[in-house]
Amino acid sequence: MVGLEHYLILSGLLFCIGMVGALAKRNIVTILMSIEIMFNAVNIAMVAFSRYVTPTLLTGQIFAIFIITVAAAEVALGLAIIMAIYRARETVDVGKIDLMKW
Amino acid sequence: MPELAIWSIFFLPIISFLVISFLLRPFLNDKPRLSGYLAVLSIAGSLLLSFWVLSEVINAPGHRLSLPDHEWAMVGNLTIRVGLIVDSLTAVMLIVVTLVSLMVQIYSQGYMHGDPGYHRYFAFMSLFTGSMLGLVMADNLIMLYVFWEMVGLCSYLLIGFWYHRPAAAAAAKKAFIVTRFGDLGFLLAILFVVFQTDPPTFDIERLHSLAVAGTLGGTAITLLALGVFAGAMGKSAQFPLHTWLPDAMEGPTPVSALIHAATMVAAGVFLVARMFPVFEASPQAMTTVSVIGGVTAVFAATMGLVVYDMKRVMAYSTISQLGYMMLGLGVGAYAAGIFHLFNHAFFKALLFLGAGSANHTTGTFDMRFMGGLRRYMPWTFATLTVASLSLAGIPPFSGFWSKDEILLETLHKNQALFWLALVGVFMTAFYVFRMMFMAFGGKYRGGASAEHVTQHSAHSHALHESPPVMVVPMLVLGVLSVISGVVNLPWSFGLPPHWLADFLGGEAAGFDVNLAGTSSLVAALGIFLAYAIYSARWLSAERVGKLFGPIYTLVYRKYYFDELYEDLIVTRGLYRNLSFALDWFDRNIIDNVVDGMAWLGRNVGRPVSRVQTGQVQVYGIGISLGILLILAAFIIFGR
Repeated sequence: MVGLEHYLILSGLLFCIGMVGALAKRNIVTILMSIEIMFNAVNIAMVAFSRYVTPTLLTGQIFAIFIITVAAAEVALGLAIIMAIYRARETVDVGKIDLMKW
Repeated sequence: MPELAIWSIFFLPIISFLVISFLLRPFLNDKPRLSGYLAVLSIAGSLLLSFWVLSEVINAPGHRLSLPDHEWAMVGNLTIRVGLIVDSLTAVMLIVVTLVSLMVQIYSQGYMHGDPGYHRYFAFMSLFTGSMLGLVMADNLIMLYVFWEMVGLCSYLLIGFWYHRPAAAAAAKKAFIVTRFGDLGFLLAILFVVFQTDPPTFDIERLHSLAVAGTLGGTAITLLALGVFAGAMGKSAQFPLHTWLPDAMEGPTPVSALIHAATMVAAGVFLVARMFPVFEASPQAMTTVSVIGGVTAVFAATMGLVVYDMKRVMAYSTISQLGYMMLGLGVGAYAAGIFHLFNHAFFKALLFLGAGSANHTTGTFDMRFMGGLRRYMPWTFATLTVASLSLAGIPPFSGFWSKDEILLETLHKNQALFWLALVGVFMTAFYVFRMMFMAFGGKYRGGASAEHVTQHSAHSHALHESPPVMVVPMLVLGVLSVISGVVNLPWSFGLPPHWLADFLGGEAAGFDVNLAGTSSLVAALGIFLAYAIYSARWLSAERVGKLFGPIYTLVYRKYYFDELYEDLIVTRGLYRNLSFALDWFDRNIIDNVVDGMAWLGRNVGRPVSRVQTGQVQVYGIGISLGILLILAAFIIFGR
């Protein structure tokens, strides 16, 4: 029987994978993808809670849809910024994007 | 009499000061005469009001007008009030200050004519007169102290009036600093009052009643009186704080006449008189006052015997006469001391104005280069002769009556001081007539052009009498020098005998024919000796000087007091040692502590700033690790 714990473990694993990617990767596109993975981990947790804790309400599901929508907008914006940075500096390595360093 | 009229006695000159400084000087700078007229007008107004006050006070019961106090500031349970005390002493002082001030300001119109600082001069003179009038009317120590310092400030500004002369600037500083030593004592006395009275009061009349009732007594009242007297010593240039007054002669002559002879320096005597019941309650303080006064009277007179600068002769004379006043107060002759202050103000102001008049035409103050002015300046000569006779104490001139009363009281109280004072009388007569014979007798010896032979300027213009605007005030003062003694004659002469003494509430000194004869004879001897040396030349001044040898040098060098203060105490003691130590401490300890703090901040900050890489990922790792740590701590130690 698949219970709430299984979903939460899956969600936690996904979040950790995403976080390690976001913190450790050099490539800015990969970082953006990692952040998406973290979003989805949250979505899974959200839907799972909604289904198991308050089965009659759809709060979690609605929340997940909102997050997906906002994430889509954010990806569009993020990619645009990445394009602009690439055009200006010919790199997508975050280690080299250090104009504001001390 | 309306309260406002009394307040305006000192507000009028202060308003004149404000108008000159903030309206006339900025907007009507090309019409300097206006300042002079305004200053004279305001002081004339004060004079009229002062006469009004005098007539009211004479008729008032107990010779005092009571005016309401006004609350000024409250600190804890200490209330500071401002108000005026209008009694007989105030009324007399008001007349002296406004009358002399008016004459001097009229005279200044001529003396200061064409000076580039004309506006400034009259602004300061007005401020000074206003402050002095405030000082004599203040009814509590705090207010008195404020005006006390204001006259000190005006004195500084006016001594250094020609500030481009290094000597004047130095003299101004010296006057300010030396009097500060005395003022320190006064300030301590004021603070001391707070701890000794309950509830704390600064009100002078209340202090009087406390002193009379004996509530405030013993050591406390001696300390209080001595502190107040220290202030008076500084202001009245009493030994050993006398060194500033001769140097103060660097200021314009009318300033010397008003401030350093007639009024401000008398503020010290006034202060002792104002606090007289407090002094009377302490025999030690009274002895101190009389001894300092008596010593100063002779000590300053000896220096007056040998200087050649006409104004400095007068300066030493002033110190000496102030010594007589202090001596009078110290032996309990309150009325005699004030009577002498009253007479002295007129004849000493006149002596200074006469010296200014002589300087106006010869261009020098050095008596060795004057001579023969009698023929060229008959009015100056006549008025100065009157003033000199008055100063020397020859009857029936005013100085005789007051000096005699002081001598008589001293004789009753302290024999030693009496003989000292009598020697002073001889010296006074000698030095003032030495000045008269040197400056006005004989032949003219060239004035300023002879003084500066090497840098000969075409300044040998014909000698002439000063303009009427200068001569008329001198005449008025001359008349006053003759008749001002009338107010306190031993017998009835228009006024009842000893009118002033009764009015002031002191005891009449009486009159002793033998003493009066002796002192007149001694004064006449002094004049005769001056005649013998400086006019008839039976004795050569140089030979007399040589006869006294080292004593002459000692006196001529002013007893080395300047050297003692400036070289020994200031340069060696303060500058070389104390200042050097303080400088070292400042540079090595204070500066290093401050520098060290800055160094610490900079060097601790530098490595820490390395952590701030600008890499968001590094921060993210930091945040994540932080969360993990908190979680771990929560799981292990939590709940």
